[in-house]
Amino acid sequence: MSDGLIFFLIQVLNGIQYGLLLFLVASGLTLVFGIIGIINLAHGSFYMVGAYIAFSLVRATGTLWLAILIGLPLTMILGVALELAFFRPLYRRDHLYQVLLTYGLILVLEETRSILFGDDVHGVQVPALFDFSIPLSGGLTYPVYRFVISAICLLVALGMYFVIQRTRLGMAIRAGASDREMLQSLGIDAGLLFRFVLAAGLTLAAFAGMIAAPVASVFPGMGNQILIISFVVVVIGGIGSIKGAFIASLLIGLVDTFGQIWAPQIAGMTVYVLMAAILLWRPAGLFGKRA
Amino acid sequence: MNQRIARASFLVALILLALIPLIGDKYELQLLSKIMLMAIFAMSLDLLVGFTGLVSLGHAAFFGLGGYLLWFLSPQYAATNLWLSLVEVVAIAAVTALLIGSLVLRSSGVYFIMVTLAFAQMFFYYTTGAKWLGGSDGAYIYVRPSAAIFDWVPFNLANYVQFYYVALVLMIGVFLLLRMILRSLFGRAIQGVKSNENRLRSLGFPTFRYKLASFVIAGTVASLAGYFSAAQFGFVNPELFGWKLSGEVLMMVILGGMGTLYGPILGAFVLVLVETELAGMTKHWLLPMGLFVILAVLFLPRGIAGMRLRLSFGRSAREADA
Repeated sequence: MSDGLIFFLIQVLNGIQYGLLLFLVASGLTLVFGIIGIINLAHGSFYMVGAYIAFSLVRATGTLWLAILIGLPLTMILGVALELAFFRPLYRRDHLYQVLLTYGLILVLEETRSILFGDDVHGVQVPALFDFSIPLSGGLTYPVYRFVISAICLLVALGMYFVIQRTRLGMAIRAGASDREMLQSLGIDAGLLFRFVLAAGLTLAAFAGMIAAPVASVFPGMGNQILIISFVVVVIGGIGSIKGAFIASLLIGLVDTFGQIWAPQIAGMTVYVLMAAILLWRPAGLFGKRA
Repeated sequence: MNQRIARASFLVALILLALIPLIGDKYELQLLSKIMLMAIFAMSLDLLVGFTGLVSLGHAAFFGLGGYLLWFLSPQYAATNLWLSLVEVVAIAAVTALLIGSLVLRSSGVYFIMVTLAFAQMFFYYTTGAKWLGGSDGAYIYVRPSAAIFDWVPFNLANYVQFYYVALVLMIGVFLLLRMILRSLFGRAIQGVKSNENRLRSLGFPTFRYKLASFVIAGTVASLAGYFSAAQFGFVNPELFGWKLSGEVLMMVILGGMGTLYGPILGAFVLVLVETELAGMTKHWLLPMGLFVILAVLFLPRGIAGMRLRLSFGRSAREADA
């Protein structure tokens, strides 16, 4: 194979890896909106929380796997606590107030991060087991850990599909998305279900932050960056649609990666141009139901 | 009765504002000028959020546009003409708002929130990456626009006292303009869109066009606020497009009380003053600020203006919310 082709292949792999990671964050966002009807701006902050948990626990324990093992229950607990304290009073209120409260939550989480860790950029060591690269022709190499990220994300996506389509819990979740009152009358505790969905969504975002930490570095603005891209994913995929989120994530991962190579001057904008085009074509997103 | 008291206190506040330059120092006058420009920005957003029922989380796009346009229209070491450049800014902002509005208004509800945010971010990322716009460091406007009309110069924007009065007059002007718009048939129609768009449409109103017009007016007024804000500080940077600013101005509208015109003004004063106080106390002022926002949402569901309403009518805000 020629070097040009290899280079192209590497970029495709990078784009897919970024897209899959994006899916972990965006799927939680779209689920929380589709089922609970809440717009949560602080969703991206959990990506940041996850990355910083990984950073500090890797320093303490020495391995990323242990950090994730301890970190996941921590973020789940934090998610449940936030649901009890802040989100529950928001369920029946206008989106406007959801936007504001979660905006306040971002400020609190960001400043807490700043107090605890400062505003420097940090790095996290790639787990030793995967800390090598596959040599490709022409002196090009591809880091194995990126494959590992993609594989983990794919496994999680498959797991989500299984849970939502094949289990009783998934049935309740799907029912909650279409008719909340029917759910209640079937004797399912909607409050409990909502708490689970919200905390699980936040945990997914945090998990994405943890596994991305070794390749994406850990820095102050990371949460908001991923939040806004996740919004674009949700808008393109259609609100509440997991399938839409999956396809839109991959699309954005590839468009963003190649945008940076082919049109570096407007690289930051390519995904938004894509979003505008899709809005023109299908205002409710690729897989969204017409409002 | 209540309305008369509100109007009287509003007038008294305006007179006080007009008298403040007699006692205020430079720092205070500059802070108040900044607040009044933010109040204009907040009023323009309230036209969307409080009156048309469109929650935009990307209103800073137009604020930043106004600022960057002033930079673009200013020769590097000379002044641009205030009046000519204002005409250009208003025209460009209106056309931009028309384009963006016709896209984002295809969505509604929570989509609208996300899409407006994404569009504002598009401006943010473009300016961050664009070297000719100064990139992430921003750019300076070395000379303030000149208000000269032929040889006559009515005021000088570089003088902080005169700038203060310009901001005050502009704030009152925007207030009166928006009040006039809201009292017209158009104004009634957009408020109808907010309470029940379907009913309005079945009555034969072209609701999309009404929403678009509201979006264009709001965007244009916001660009004016951005223009004068850039003129005040002589500096623009991508943060002017940032979602933090969009969130902050939304907070002003809600905190002050949306759906009223004096609410956003009140919100701008309270929020910027609280911010300035907190920033003077601690480097980590965003933490108490965030808590303040959260508590305000949980315990002041109708804003400060709503609190007054609550006291005067003796019914709970929750009832009023329903």
